[in-house]
Amino acid sequence: MRQSGRTRVAVDAARASASTLERRGIDVKGELFRAVLLFCVVIGVVMLATLLIYVTIAGWPRLDVNLFTQMPSTRDPQTSGFLPAIVGTIYVMFGVLITTVPIGVSAAIYLEEYADASKWYNRFIETNIQNLAAVPSIVFGILGLAFIVRGPWGLGFVAFAGSLTLMMMVLPTVIIASREAIRGVPSTLRQASLGLGATRWQTVSRQVLPVAFPGVLTGTILAMSRAIGETAPLLLVGATTFVRFLPEGLFEGAYSVMTVQIFQWAMRPQEEFRTLAAAGSIVLVALLLLMNSVAIWLRNKYSREY
Amino acid sequence: MALLTAPTEPSSVGPPLSLEPSSRRLGEKFIVALLFGAAALAVLITVGIVLAIAGPTIEFFRQVPFSRFFSTEAWAPNFVPDGFGVYNILAGTAAIVLYSCMIALPAGLGAAIYLNEYASHRARRILKPVLEVLEGIPTVVYGLFALAFVAPLLQEIWPTFVPGKLGDPPGFQFVLSAGVVLGIMIIPTVASVSQDAMSAIPHGLREAAYGLGSTKMQVATKVVVPSAFSGIVASFVLGLSRAVGETMVVLMAAGAIANLTLWPNDPVLTMTAFIGRTATGDVGFGTTTYYTLFAVAALLFVITLVVNMISIALVRKFREVYE
Repeated sequence: MRQSGRTRVAVDAARASASTLERRGIDVKGELFRAVLLFCVVIGVVMLATLLIYVTIAGWPRLDVNLFTQMPSTRDPQTSGFLPAIVGTIYVMFGVLITTVPIGVSAAIYLEEYADASKWYNRFIETNIQNLAAVPSIVFGILGLAFIVRGPWGLGFVAFAGSLTLMMMVLPTVIIASREAIRGVPSTLRQASLGLGATRWQTVSRQVLPVAFPGVLTGTILAMSRAIGETAPLLLVGATTFVRFLPEGLFEGAYSVMTVQIFQWAMRPQEEFRTLAAAGSIVLVALLLLMNSVAIWLRNKYSREY
Repeated sequence: MALLTAPTEPSSVGPPLSLEPSSRRLGEKFIVALLFGAAALAVLITVGIVLAIAGPTIEFFRQVPFSRFFSTEAWAPNFVPDGFGVYNILAGTAAIVLYSCMIALPAGLGAAIYLNEYASHRARRILKPVLEVLEGIPTVVYGLFALAFVAPLLQEIWPTFVPGKLGDPPGFQFVLSAGVVLGIMIIPTVASVSQDAMSAIPHGLREAAYGLGSTKMQVATKVVVPSAFSGIVASFVLGLSRAVGETMVVLMAAGAIANLTLWPNDPVLTMTAFIGRTATGDVGFGTTTYYTLFAVAALLFVITLVVNMISIALVRKFREVYE
């Protein structure tokens, strides 16, 4: 079956090329095709440029100190700011970081170093992680609403509920990236360590993990930048309330985050609030670009060949 | 043990050595158990999703009969008189998916072919990160862009380009603005998965085709695309399921009116936008509206699951393995 597929491809190609051998000069069709392909790439690039230029121009007038130091106000868009949202984002992201990294890296270590892939439950775990990566983000919000905010945990609409919801969403990203990093560690390192009498955990914790660290870090940064940019699930777990004070802590008090605040400003019909939303977007996009560049830089700097 | 203690001739160098560990290493076992627990959490989350959705959904269907949910009545769960015809918001999702995939799938495939077959090494080194950046911009910023830039622009040029019935210029929220922006947002996803599949094709296949005198275009369309077919299908399905599940762009730019329409200038309400919009308002715990959230989420979850399974089946069917 496979063979016949490849043969068919080869025959098609040969037949097609037999006809071209007779032609000379510029391949008009080919050039046109190339132009269409180039156009496909250019759409994306042009759109990115337009978006960045639009956001910068629209938000520029309000990119000032007040944006970072003032409370939001529905009456006075000129001096309204993102302070509670910025603090809230830091709280929520701290919660995501301290939960996602230990769980994600542990899961990756188990799957790469200990799991016997022929056992059904290990394969089941892997399939599950792949499926989780494809679940729409808003469904995690529903899960957070039913199990974390209400239900068995009953945390209420607090920052840590947002953290746990986002943790479930970005966990697959961290697991997949950490697994790749661990897989990249040459097996000779492990054999040498085990051969010298180290236990498995000693080998993993003292040899494998330090070598895999840059890869794990890159994956973590990418996961965190995804979490910072996420809005939809947080709408369901309480980040919607219009907050005019700083969050009291991870486990108490209402909270807001940057993305939700941008959403709320953007949905107001007055132009001044759109400006405010665009100014917040500049800050957010700049932060994410910085995080992504650091991740790419780390990847390039530490990608060692063995 | 047996191998060590039963040599063919009696050993003269002391007692036999045991390879068994000297201690039982309970700490090691404990660590393995912990690590396994972390990995098993992924399964727990899936179970959690199913449980979280199932309970309230059952409660919903106790209050609203199945026949009403899948009937042709209007979609107005928090109005009096209420209506629960879910096909209205299903159609909204379909309209958004149609327009966004019309852009994302061909453009993503084209970009993948260009990057893999045509672009020089240097061009690729610049273009790939640009597409990655496009993927990393928060969806709420895309939503703002659709609402505050693309929609007014389309409103402006609409009368010039569209005659007849379609000539009515759209309002400030409509299918096309959300669809176009969503489509562009998905291009990088489709392109990167497709390109991964294309770069896995062995060079021998291309060289054979070139050797027979094929042009670059023939190699691209008759060798590369058919050989990477399973990966391309996977990328299309991934793009499709992202379009179904995306919330912010449609919530902000597509409108709030449950509307059975495919016209690009009409507003629609999608399933995700319904969930987002309802959650943003004040929903009393235990009201029918509260349970409606879960019923719609259940439908959304089932749809993405089915799409995902179709994708896995298709990929298996068309997979070509190269040594």
